Amino acid sequence: MRHILRRILFYACAVWVAITLDFFIPRLAPGDPVAALVGKMSIKGYVTPAMQQTLAAEFGLNTRDSLVVQYFKYLNNILHGNMGNSIQYFPTPVSQIIEQDIGWSIMLGAVAVLISFALGCLFGIITAWKRGSVLDTVLSPAMNFLSAIPYFWLALLSLFIFAYLLNWFPLTGGAYDELNFSPGWSLDYIGSVIQYAFLPALTLVISSLAGWMLTMRNSMITTLSEDYVLMARAKGLSEGRVMFRYAARNAILPNITGFAIAIGTIVGGQLLTEMVFSYPGIGYALFQAVGEQDYAMVQGVFLIITLAVLGANFLADLLYAFLDPRVRVE
Amino acid sequence: MKTGEITGPVVDAINRAPAPDQFYTRVLHILLNVWRAMTSSRKVAAGSAIVGTFILVGIFGPLFMRYDPEATSNLFIARPSAAHWLGTTVVGQDIFSQLINGTRTSVFWGIGTGLLVTLLSMLVGLVGGYFGGWIDDALTLLTNVSLVLPALPLAIVLAAYLPRGPLTISLVIIFTNWAWQARVLRAQTLSMRNREFVTAARSSGEHTWRIIFFEIFPNEIGIVVAGFVSTTIYVVLTWAALEFLGLGDGTIPSWGSILYWAQQAGALGGELWWWFIPPGACIALLGAGLSLINFGIDEIADPRLRQDANPKKLRKAAA
Repeated sequence: MRHILRRILFYACAVWVAITLDFFIPRLAPGDPVAALVGKMSIKGYVTPAMQQTLAAEFGLNTRDSLVVQYFKYLNNILHGNMGNSIQYFPTPVSQIIEQDIGWSIMLGAVAVLISFALGCLFGIITAWKRGSVLDTVLSPAMNFLSAIPYFWLALLSLFIFAYLLNWFPLTGGAYDELNFSPGWSLDYIGSVIQYAFLPALTLVISSLAGWMLTMRNSMITTLSEDYVLMARAKGLSEGRVMFRYAARNAILPNITGFAIAIGTIVGGQLLTEMVFSYPGIGYALFQAVGEQDYAMVQGVFLIITLAVLGANFLADLLYAFLDPRVRVE
Repeated sequence: MKTGEITGPVVDAINRAPAPDQFYTRVLHILLNVWRAMTSSRKVAAGSAIVGTFILVGIFGPLFMRYDPEATSNLFIARPSAAHWLGTTVVGQDIFSQLINGTRTSVFWGIGTGLLVTLLSMLVGLVGGYFGGWIDDALTLLTNVSLVLPALPLAIVLAAYLPRGPLTISLVIIFTNWAWQARVLRAQTLSMRNREFVTAARSSGEHTWRIIFFEIFPNEIGIVVAGFVSTTIYVVLTWAALEFLGLGDGTIPSWGSILYWAQQAGALGGELWWWFIPPGACIALLGAGLSLINFGIDEIADPRLRQDANPKKLRKAAA
């Protein structure tokens, strides 16, 4: 119990640090980027009085409040789920845009993480079981090589080959074919969603597969040398039973923790994917917000991603304490 | 015969030298050890050759360029040819020259930033581990918080607000990536703090900083070097990603900014493969070279990972 309490305190502290960073970065950045943005927009005639007021409230422009008062106002806003208004889609609240986009991110990330985790564990178990075989000596270094390729370049290459040269997948991005289908439970719509998500998901799986596989393989090799595995073999149990029910079951522990953390990265882990494939999740929203200098949006997306990661880490801690009693004793 | 053994009059002289107190013998010893480490394993040798080539290209490449990398010409979107080895961009810039110039920026900023990340994590890890008490508690909390905050989103947010340029990217990467290694080094230092040689140094009245950096630190040099190499891989990748997103200074040629301009000009849909494939391949190759070095370092540090040719022979001899 004390262990869990300490973790809760720690994560509360981390959340506070994230929010505080979110507050101070725009205010302490040299050259006052927000003021510069407002200046640039007033020249173009974009800035309405309402907008100026919002910006003043959010970034402390033209306000008499001291930094401390601003800070507590900001904390209060965040606690009420108010992350300010987007500048590029003024006056839509940031939270509303994030709500729209986050679904696509979660779907894409969840599918990729699940496939990658399942395949990676399976490959790891098999390569460890048949250590030194042709399969192992080919697959393990090949996976290492694939994970060394810079991710966004892999994404660009696959987009070029499969979408441009072979024309199997759309080049334009988006989540589905908006011209021909409307959202609903029709087969055409679901097919279109799969077609648009296939390439992003594939590159995500390729780039993360090696991590799962190598961790599983290493852990499995250690487990295979345990006495109880030898005993299981001596009893004449079937190969599959020893492999999965005896060895893999214990060897999977490090990967389970990794899996819990990976759930947190589902929200923000595919930033680069969405940016390269123009996939309309929050990573793409962040990309556009950076390009348009929509600072409220940038901060909102960062906050959501951070909260997801912290939540998942907390979950991983709990899970680990539950699965591995040795941690609880400490 | 062991591989990588160097013999010769100079080596003999060094080995016979009674006390390696003279400065030049010490330096020679270090160089000799570095050379031995680099040639003893095939992986390290291959990795060093790749990384060394990039460094040489970075230093001397720009001296032999045939075109000004930023100069535009009337030869738009030319395919690779004898005149333009990697073709030209949409405004007629020579891509090969850009790549060579970009190598200088990417490699040196990458290695430099990797060094600074390592230095910062060394300072935090060693100081926290050695002093213990509230200093350690505070530094550990800082490290752990920094570890759980997602690095890439934080880097993007920071870079979006700061003025564009290599220095910004470097600082942002240092700020978001020092924690991992600091934690590893703290744990190592903690286990070393109460060993006899540290107690001896303390009781002989050595200064605290001397104990930390001259007594304890040399024992951790293997971890530090391995950490530096893997950090540098990560730095090079993150660097290119941030520049690709348009958060770098697009006027300074680097691998990431070439990719950025290629993406901006629609090189993907225009089938201009010679524009976006080479910079990515360079990043991948440098990353592969650095990881080869790291595998080798792991093998030197952990003998169980070594794949020696000897055991087979021994087995035969025993049979």
